[in-house]
Amino acid sequence: MADLILSGPISAPASRWRSALARGGARLWIGGVLVALLLLIALFAPVIAPHDPAEQDLMSAQLPPAFMRGGEAAFPLGTDSLGRCVLSRLMYSARTAVSVALIASLLAAIIGIALGLVAGAFGGVPDQSVSRLIDVWMAFPPVLLSIVLAAVIGAGLVSVIAAIVVVDWTRFARIIRAETQAQLARDYAAAAHVLGLTRAQALRLEILPNLVPLIVTLLAVEMGIAILVEVILSFVGISVTGDTASWGGMITEGRQIVYQAPWIMALPILAVIISVIGFNLLGDGLRAALDPVQRR
Amino acid sequence: MSAVLEIDNLHVAIGAANVLRGVSLRVEAGEVRGLVGESGAGKSMVGRTIFGLLPAKAAIRAGQVQFEGRDLLAMPDKERRGLLGRRIALIPQDPMTSLNPVRRIGAQMVALLQLHLGLSKRAALDRAADLLAEVAIRDPARVLQLYPHELSGGMRQRVLIAMAFACDPALVIADEPTTALDVTVQRQVLQLVERMRQRHDAAILFVTHDLGVVAKICRSMTVLHAGRVLEDGPTADVLVKPHHAYTRALLAATPRADRPADALKPVPPALIESLWAEARRLDQLTATRPA
Repeated sequence: MADLILSGPISAPASRWRSALARGGARLWIGGVLVALLLLIALFAPVIAPHDPAEQDLMSAQLPPAFMRGGEAAFPLGTDSLGRCVLSRLMYSARTAVSVALIASLLAAIIGIALGLVAGAFGGVPDQSVSRLIDVWMAFPPVLLSIVLAAVIGAGLVSVIAAIVVVDWTRFARIIRAETQAQLARDYAAAAHVLGLTRAQALRLEILPNLVPLIVTLLAVEMGIAILVEVILSFVGISVTGDTASWGGMITEGRQIVYQAPWIMALPILAVIISVIGFNLLGDGLRAALDPVQRR
Repeated sequence: MSAVLEIDNLHVAIGAANVLRGVSLRVEAGEVRGLVGESGAGKSMVGRTIFGLLPAKAAIRAGQVQFEGRDLLAMPDKERRGLLGRRIALIPQDPMTSLNPVRRIGAQMVALLQLHLGLSKRAALDRAADLLAEVAIRDPARVLQLYPHELSGGMRQRVLIAMAFACDPALVIADEPTTALDVTVQRQVLQLVERMRQRHDAAILFVTHDLGVVAKICRSMTVLHAGRVLEDGPTADVLVKPHHAYTRALLAATPRADRPADALKPVPPALIESLWAEARRLDQLTATRPA
């Protein structure tokens, strides 16, 4: 028999990181910068905030931002009706928002992924029970569910996180279930069976790694949603209590004096919009960067 | 000579359709047997039955599949899993989709070697590199670090062939391994399969619709049509003096450069009639049997 022709890789592939970043495009960069900024502010709020967020100075209440007429350099974004520094309160609110977003989305992801994998991989009774549970769950208006939950277990950060987890695990479960089924139908999953892997081994070694891009994307989007939910719940007053700053709380306070000092309400709304846009852009960019289909 | 695989009177139905109606097949140790038939003849179903990959609605109505004297269909799942990948391996049809897209070639090969041979990671990596060298892949150490999408189709097929022979199986089922490749690569892959067979002393069941391929590498062949075995014997005999009108039609349909292209000649009506009668008889037979 003639000698076989040696075959090698066609060419050295470009750096995987670099090509992934290129696919992500501007969305990935803008989203990444916004989210990174938010995380940094949340992390270092005590260091960079110009004032104590609870420090009241009734003599200088409702000051406009420093760049407007009548503003003071000591309060770059002005003060609220109790004379508290708006910039400092925005920074400390970011702490609340980010910790809720991180903890709640991770917990929701863990529960949703576990149930979604089981439902997608095993079908039959497990699939039916999880799917019907999701159907019933999604028939409830999520905000109402959260308010009821907060009423039952009391206001506070824990109940906000619980409300988000309880409502949003379905988001993960539904998509992971569908994607697990789609991946199991692909040839490489059949090949895993043919190689003698058990169902659990195939799920862990073959299916889960293929779901990672999807999970990362879902997590980023979910964090944006969690921030929004936290704002809604603190707006209606069932999130953090007392002096702890939160964007929702600031919007409530600002609403009462919106004609005299519109910036007190506008600034936290702006902060919410920027962070949610940041997470959504990041999720979108990550989806493009990590998509195995586009890797060809 | 002993049989590695012995399929006896296998009946498989998917819903109301009987896709296999009494297939019997023997693969001797170390031989290459071709399993030939047109699309829909049921040739892939034979492989799927062996690997337990039949669709959810499919049911095995009757028959036995013996592998090295043990009944594959009757043994518990765990025992069968122990055989798959180790004693019975598959070279899949489409190299582009049969490797996990997000895991490195090395990781996939090492997982297999660790699972069945209980090697350490180090030893498994060395063995994986040796296997890649055996299938004539240049720079195996680097290829182990690559992802499937960084390899060409021919290279991926080589990787899959290496994985099929990794645990020195007794039987390799090649499910149309050349159909997804272009003609120049096909010949190399065939050579490679034959060389690996000799080196690892395996028997091969070569599922294909390409009679040219069968003539090249198979010592014996089985012709399948509408779920039944029409012809069975040494390749030379079947190709030179086919008993069955269908085999003759199949042979006549092979495109050749020295005569005009011609479609598969229809099977004579009388034959179709007799096939239908036979099918109805078999259906009644299986219907009365408890499923």
